[in-house]
Amino acid sequence: MISINQRAVTSEGKILSNRKIGAYHHIIIEIEGIAEGAKPGNFIAISVGGVESNMPLRRIFAIYRSKAQSKYGSIVEIIVAESGKGSAWLTRQIEGSTLYITGPLGTSFPIPADPINVAIIGGGYGAAPLFDLAETLKNKGCRVDALIGAATSAKIFAPLEGKRTVNSITITTEDGSAGKKGRITDVLEDLLKENQIELIYSCGPMGMLKAVHEIAERLSIAHQISVEESMACGIGICMTCVLPIRGDDGIVRMLRSCIDGPVIDGEKLIWSEGIPPETLGRHL
Amino acid sequence: MSFDYSTSIAGSVFSNPIFTASGCAASGRELAQFFSLKELGAIVTKSIMLKARSGRDTPRMAETPSGMLNSIGLQGPGIDKFIEEDLSWLISSGAKVVVSIAGESVDEYGALARRLRGIKGISAIEVNISCPNVENRGQVFACHPASARAVIESVRINLGGEYPIIAKLSPDVTDITLIAEEVINAGADGLALINTLLGMVINPKTLKPHLGGKTGGLSGPAIRPVAVRTIFQVHAKFPKIPILGMGGVSSGSDALELIAAGASAVSIGTASFGDPYATIKIGKELQELLISHNFPSLADAVGIAHDR
Repeated sequence: MISINQRAVTSEGKILSNRKIGAYHHIIIEIEGIAEGAKPGNFIAISVGGVESNMPLRRIFAIYRSKAQSKYGSIVEIIVAESGKGSAWLTRQIEGSTLYITGPLGTSFPIPADPINVAIIGGGYGAAPLFDLAETLKNKGCRVDALIGAATSAKIFAPLEGKRTVNSITITTEDGSAGKKGRITDVLEDLLKENQIELIYSCGPMGMLKAVHEIAERLSIAHQISVEESMACGIGICMTCVLPIRGDDGIVRMLRSCIDGPVIDGEKLIWSEGIPPETLGRHL
Repeated sequence: MSFDYSTSIAGSVFSNPIFTASGCAASGRELAQFFSLKELGAIVTKSIMLKARSGRDTPRMAETPSGMLNSIGLQGPGIDKFIEEDLSWLISSGAKVVVSIAGESVDEYGALARRLRGIKGISAIEVNISCPNVENRGQVFACHPASARAVIESVRINLGGEYPIIAKLSPDVTDITLIAEEVINAGADGLALINTLLGMVINPKTLKPHLGGKTGGLSGPAIRPVAVRTIFQVHAKFPKIPILGMGGVSSGSDALELIAAGASAVSIGTASFGDPYATIKIGKELQELLISHNFPSLADAVGIAHDR
């Protein structure tokens, strides 16, 4: 039943630019073969720590933007939040540094056939892959409303080009330092109703995705999510990034978010803590 | 005269000594998009159980200095679906296949072996009696000489001599040569050394064990010296028993250490998580190193550290 994203390549890239944007780093990488096959929602896996690294596992980043034939060659852009030693190493890499990358990996956001009203919802740096998606959707004739939230203004990722792409953008911060004070879910329902949203795309921490899904489900709006599970390999061989997902056959299985995700139909994910009792082969 | 890179384990011949490690290549399909599986000595499949199994709670992984802990808990589709979907695909791809099996009881191992009889294209059976990710440490058959022996006897009887049996052992024992002796006497044709070491990470903020399953198996370069020592000890005592060595190999030079200690083939595990091409890269490096040491064949280097 699995269908593996067959467009991945492993290759050597060069950092063209590494700039701090608020709490994040925006890194542009020149690399052959990844932008060529990338679709919004795909991710890349980067080796960290250099040649004598004591960090054997790859770090996973959603593709923010990619372009196969820019004036700088093929480029891939990511937004990095420093969360541990590996991401800290990456944010320290200067222009011209070499990176070993595998990608594009995983599922991509499904694009509706008709020009419908959609909302993109991003929590923190989870907003990164949504603006490229917005551009694709706009080109399809969709109306796109954006809702971006974070704890504080420095953690809001809403680039100027992205703002221009969407029909509207609403920002929320928990401390009130930018946009409306509060959480995404405080304004979400009104936004969905006002703009007659038919499809939601969201990306961010699991708690946020779950809160958004509760509202989407109540209003019967389709919801595509992009999850951020911790992964060791990103290519489907380690089985660490699993989530309980209901298949078309009705059976719940622990599926790999690197192969069957990161973009998952919110309807199919079982939104529970731990392994749900109905999961195939649950033995505890 | 050209260099002979082939290796053999109890009569099964492989074009080169670089295998995947069970649990580190899923069922092979995932790596096949990067290179032809025929380039490897063999694919060792993820240990399969009789019935479908969901595995342990998440988080299942923690990176540690030069290593990682995993607590997957033998997630898999069960033997029937494995044979129907994964194994048939692997065999048709032309890859050499070592099927790894894991059971909860002696009878279950026997039943797994029976299901695998008569399938053309299997090169060997790895009997994983040492997975640390089970709820009950008493289920780690490789920690007890009598239960290790019972499992291998059951597999041997049920296989009817069709394929070589490789017993995968745990380094988490006082004297691994005693366990090795039991499984050899029970009919194991070869040994897989070593499985992961049992470990734990505690989150310094929450002060709770980080892994959903609390404990996990430690792998990666951090455990390589343990693998080298274990292989050396076992090869010294049983020089005629072929060893599939594994434990933190991430370069040709690492692989050569295991070969020199007594391994006839080397499985690559955690290194593939960091680089999909790790097996191919290590295979090339090892071959170059063996040639630069003037060995006419891989076989001439196996266990060489015992003579120097």
